[in-house]
Amino acid sequence: MLPLSHILIFTTLLFLIGLYGVLTRRNVVGILISIEIMLNAANINFVAFSASLDVSPQIGQVFVIFIIVLAAATASVALAIVLSIYRNQKTIYTDEIDLLKW
Amino acid sequence: MDIFGLIGPASFYGFMAGILVLAVLTVTTRNLFHSAIFLAFTLIGVACIYFFLRAEFLGGVQILLYVGAIMTLVIFAIMLTAKMGDPSIPQSNRQRLPVFLALAALAFLLVPQIVKTSWKVVESLKTTSAVELGQALMSEFVLPFELISIVLLAALIGAIAIARSDQ
Amino acid sequence: METIDQAFVLGKRAALNWMSAFLPDWTMVFVSIIISATAIVIFGPVTMMYLTWFERKLVGRIQNRFGPNRVGPWGLLQPIADGIKMLTKEDIVPEHADKFAHFLAPVVIVIPALLIFSVVPFGRGMVAVDLSIGILFFLALSSTTTIWIFVASWGSRNKFSLLGGMRSVAQMISYEIPMVLSVVPVLLVVGSFSTVSIVEAQSGWNWFIFTPWGIAGFLVFFLTGVAEVNRTPFDLPEGESEIVAGFHTEYSGMKFALFYMAEFMNAFSISGIVATAYLGGWQGPWLPSWAWFFIKTYALVFVMMWFRGTFPRLRVDQLMGFAWKVLLPLTLANIFIAALWLNLESPKNNLISALVLVAIVTIIYWANRPEVPKKRIYRYAYED
Repeated sequence: MLPLSHILIFTTLLFLIGLYGVLTRRNVVGILISIEIMLNAANINFVAFSASLDVSPQIGQVFVIFIIVLAAATASVALAIVLSIYRNQKTIYTDEIDLLKW
Repeated sequence: MDIFGLIGPASFYGFMAGILVLAVLTVTTRNLFHSAIFLAFTLIGVACIYFFLRAEFLGGVQILLYVGAIMTLVIFAIMLTAKMGDPSIPQSNRQRLPVFLALAALAFLLVPQIVKTSWKVVESLKTTSAVELGQALMSEFVLPFELISIVLLAALIGAIAIARSDQ
Repeated sequence: METIDQAFVLGKRAALNWMSAFLPDWTMVFVSIIISATAIVIFGPVTMMYLTWFERKLVGRIQNRFGPNRVGPWGLLQPIADGIKMLTKEDIVPEHADKFAHFLAPVVIVIPALLIFSVVPFGRGMVAVDLSIGILFFLALSSTTTIWIFVASWGSRNKFSLLGGMRSVAQMISYEIPMVLSVVPVLLVVGSFSTVSIVEAQSGWNWFIFTPWGIAGFLVFFLTGVAEVNRTPFDLPEGESEIVAGFHTEYSGMKFALFYMAEFMNAFSISGIVATAYLGGWQGPWLPSWAWFFIKTYALVFVMMWFRGTFPRLRVDQLMGFAWKVLLPLTLANIFIAALWLNLESPKNNLISALVLVAIVTIIYWANRPEVPKKRIYRYAYED
């Protein structure tokens, strides 16, 4: 078993990579992909904590299940919105969807 | 089964490095379709991390839901908006450098804090079985469990209502 | 008897003993893993090769032909000749294809097909890894196939590929839900995901297919399995009379062979898992355990090929309607029936759950009854 801090550093980096993607992607689907990476980083944290800290091991894993379910819900709604925007605006680039700026 | 424990920490570090590389490729690749493929591999790698941490059930669920279902959705979205995924159009905005610098600064702040904190780590890796997880879901977490199923149903109906084309 | 039953286990142990003479102790774990893995990696492709031969012979017989009979006795060397042909064929990549995706899909699609074999219990003590999540592992891996089929179809930049890929994704996602739900009764009764404990729970003649929920679960699991591997009558993704070859239209040579291999290995492993979950796996009298496993699995494979020889292809609306309107309610009800069966005492439970099952099947049949158009009456205009 390797030290907990190494896993935490790894998930921090993973989270920051996801955040980089969210902040730099122009494409909405690309942003969504990056959000999935961030959620996964958080999930690994939950599992690592529940496996090595002095708490009941189910708690962390139950939360991971909830997060995965929420990610599925997010993905379905967000992609439906993407399709709807694409149909109405003919673009899914965040800097071109500027209807409210008129 | 001890197979994953036996391979040892070396392969664990290898997996972590591989996941980081794949994640970087995911957020930087210009071709969005390739980015989705890299994301699929990243998610499979995360499932392997779960296996390493003896959360086998979560590893299975991760592959079943993320790779099997969410990735298919993402690829569908990329395909239906195919013109937007053209690699010749720049896929990232002009904030790249400042964002990179800010996040690097954040990493330099966070990592020493993680190293300095003394975690109250127990000696052996704690595991749980799918049966215990199910019992926890049905006793201690029954209210969030029911709520999340309602959220999922609402998301399902909402997704259909939004994506349906107006006739 | 015991020796024949455990022949492969004993063989592996003998090999390990022989190697431990000149290898240090700590390597033995890895050697053990490597032996199991090698056995699977050899077994998978060889099974696939002879399944193609078996299918061609069988479909030939059904169609009143001989099937392959030129290479070797009874055409037994035909798969090897095919393999050489595939290897020496030119590997064509379309000019506008997404080269990366076009290359990646056939390579990656074989990996889950091979990995599934690691949780299939081929006989008593003959499972590569007794994972605590065995069945979930199988379901998870078989669900990843979808995305690689999609990558292949999108990467080919061909309209037929794309049509096949779209059909395939729609079909596999729809059929995955009843597939996962149809295994739930087994997990409910056994109380474990492990394939080994599922087989052990069916010792004697207590195979799950002899219970009311077992019959329904077996039928749904097998049919969804057939749909998951895109075989007739669910072979719309590859329907040759409509869309050339579906998602592998643009593949030739070894890449095509890899798709073919994944498909046949999936067909075999799904038959094996169905036999494990409902037909008692390697349980059975007289014969050695692995013989029983292979008899049951090949019987299911035979039924799959029989389907191919007899059934026409479904229409798209029939395909989706079957999954969502028939199989999904049936599996949901089946979980309830299994719970009922589990919680009533022994002689009564079979009767009551059978009655509930019959009632539910009747309701589903009634709800899905075909709409018979009213008989038209033609009248002449001048007739009164």
